[in-house]
Formats: sequence, structure tokens, C-alpha cells
Amino acid sequence: MADMLHFEIVSPERLLKDAQAAMVVVPGSDGDFAALPAHAPMMSTIRPGVVEIYETEGENPEQLFVKGGLAQISAEGLTILAEEAIHLEEVDAADLAQKIADAESDLAVAADDVARAAVEKELAWMAALSELVS
Amino acid sequence: MPSLKDLKIRIDSVKSTQKITKAMKMVAASKLRRAQDAAEAARPYAERMEKVLTGLGQAVKDQPGASPLLAGTGSEDVQLVVVATSERGLCGGFNTNIVKAAKAHILKLLEDGKTVKILCIGKKGHVILRREFEDKIIALKDMSAVKKLGFGDAQPIAAEVLAMFERGEFDVATLFYAKFQSALVQITTKQQLIPAALGDAANENDAEDDLAGAVYDYEPSEEAILDDLLPRNVSVQIYRGLLENAASEQGARMTAMDSATRNAGDMIDSLTITYNRTRQANITKELIEIISGAEAL
Repeated sequence: MADMLHFEIVSPERLLKDAQAAMVVVPGSDGDFAALPAHAPMMSTIRPGVVEIYETEGENPEQLFVKGGLAQISAEGLTILAEEAIHLEEVDAADLAQKIADAESDLAVAADDVARAAVEKELAWMAALSELVS
Repeated sequence: MPSLKDLKIRIDSVKSTQKITKAMKMVAASKLRRAQDAAEAARPYAERMEKVLTGLGQAVKDQPGASPLLAGTGSEDVQLVVVATSERGLCGGFNTNIVKAAKAHILKLLEDGKTVKILCIGKKGHVILRREFEDKIIALKDMSAVKKLGFGDAQPIAAEVLAMFERGEFDVATLFYAKFQSALVQITTKQQLIPAALGDAANENDAEDDLAGAVYDYEPSEEAILDDLLPRNVSVQIYRGLLENAASEQGARMTAMDSATRNAGDMIDSLTITYNRTRQANITKELIEIISGAEAL
């Protein structure tokens, strides 16, 4: 189908999704962008956020949370290299709050800048996710 | 000459050994399937990552200010050797082969007057390397608690390697693992992690076809994307290495256990022949004794 966008979401562990959609909204690090069929080739990093997949126009989108990664649009379609993708409905708010608290206490005792940066990175995506869930 | 009873005991013991090796072979075969599936499932990500990196890397590599993860620190004096082996033995020459390759690399580096640091993943390699390079081993990553290898298991290792790199503790990192080809063949592979090894000439052309055909928009910028991608690439490479290693380990174990089972079968056969001969000899001997006793009367 010419008016459909072919897209793939790939995690390091497996190919998560390989399907057609009318439109996919990607949370780029410089702002969200919508990928439509025959989009100009581009490459963008992704910030932690929600990928919205509109299978048909106007319908409620399927929402997937991604922990950051890279999106590439080429002639073949959209490829999202994501570290992890979670369905929003599957997120346990209490569990997440606990993890955030853990990470914050880790941050307090982090030994050096490098360790601190790693924890801060973790915190960034968890904060983004908790905002979406609550 | 062992007695009949001794022979019987030996046959029984070899038989029970055979049962164990047979069971281990079957376990390895089913684990191999799973490990192979996991390795195959991880391939699309690594391939796409490589494509993007190769395309971007060629453009940025020679520019000043390129990330040290790509261009290197400008020196090669301190080398980190990451040796990935298994947690368990009884898998033929699997660990020995990886360690042998790593050792050759290490000795060559030492000869060239470089400083070598070793990071072991999996304790089997650690045990062998410890004999010769105890003072050079900086860490051992124990993976025995890991049941099913996930990206989350590779990430902490990559994070540690990157942290060390950022602190300037080494200049070049190389990973040793066994690439899975088939249950019979595992190829010991040496892979440079840092600075990132870009695809060779043949791959370059592929990447150019893919990337140069269209003019890409980069958001935020080529450099920013690379800075994001390069650390991630290290995790992916390590993860991939570990997956290949897991499949290779099971393959090697399957082959080793298969030949062990066959050897046990041969041994049982020859022991059974000896047993029967001895039994026959005993009977003959007793008969002769009886007959000659009767004749003497």
C-alpha cells in the first residue's frame, strides 16, 4: 500500500514490531515529529518518551514508551532503534516510584562523576515515564 | 588380571557415566536452540546500528573534535583485553581456544612494551588466565547468576568499560569471544571495541549505497547522534559477543558430550569382551581342574 508507512521497532534483544501504519509519532530529542509515508530521509536521536502508532488515521494510537534510541527514516520506511519499549498500560506506578527512590539514593552515594552521570541517565527516563503514568 | 567382579563394577560405572554425558548432550542441544534463537533475534539491531555507524563514522572520523570512542585517544599504550568465556566446564576446547587466542594477543602486546589490563567475563577463562597474568587482571564478571542472557546483563559491563575509558585508564579495548557458526565449528574472534571498528571496505560500499543515495536530515546533528550512538554501540557489541559465546558454548558442549558418549560406548564394548573372555577362561580353567582331578584317581 502506497499510503502506508512501513516501520520497525528494534531492540537489542529482538525485533519488537514490524508493521504498517498510517502515521507514527516519534519523540525526537529536538521535539516530537510525525513520520508519514514518503517522509524525507532523516535521522534523529530519541528522548525517553512515547511512540504513538496510528494504524489508521484518526483512530486511537497504540502507545509505546521507549527509553531513548535512534530513529531513521529512509526510502524503506521508519526504523526505530530502541533500548527498551514498554506498553504504557503495563507500567506499575508503585514499582516505578520505588525504582526512582532507589536511584535517587544511589545518586546521593555515587562515587564519582561517571557513576553519577549513569544514575542521572536512568533517572531521566524514569521521571519521563512516571510523568506519563500519573 | 582384574577379577570378574572388578570388571563388572567398571562396566557399571562407565555405563552410568555414559548416561550422564548423554543427558548433558541433550540438555546442551535444547539450550543451544534457545541460545541460537536469541543470537539471531539480536542480529537486526546490531546490523542496523552498524550500518548507521559506518555511514556516519566515515564522514566524521577525520574531523577534529571527533569523539575519542571513534577516533581513539591518539595513543595505544594501555590496552584493555576483555575475555569472554563460560561459567561451566565440560565443553570441549571452548574456553581453551578463547584463552589461547587472548593469551597470544596479550603476549604480543607485552612484547611491544604496552601495558595490558584484563577484564574477564566468566570464571573459566579467569581460572586459566590467573596462572600467568594474575597481576594484570583487573576484574572478573561473574555471569553464573544469569539464566537467560538479556541486554540488561551486558549493559553494566559496557558501562564499566566506558567509565574506565572516560577516566583514561586505557586507550584501546579488544573483546575476545567465540563466534557461533555451527555446533561443530566455533570461530574464536577478536573484536576491537574502542575505538569503534568501522566496517571494512566491502561494507563501506554497502553503507554508501544505503546512506549516500539519499540526503539525510540530522537531528540534532551528526556529531550529537554519534555521541549518543557510540557508547550504545559498545554495549551492543558486548551483548552480541556474549550471545554468540552462549550459543558457541552450548554447541561445543554438545559436540564434546556426544563424543564422550561415543567413547563410553566403545569402552563398554571392549570391557564387555574382556569380561566375557575372563568368564570363559575361568570356566575352562575349572573344567580342566575337574577333569585332571578325575583322571588322577
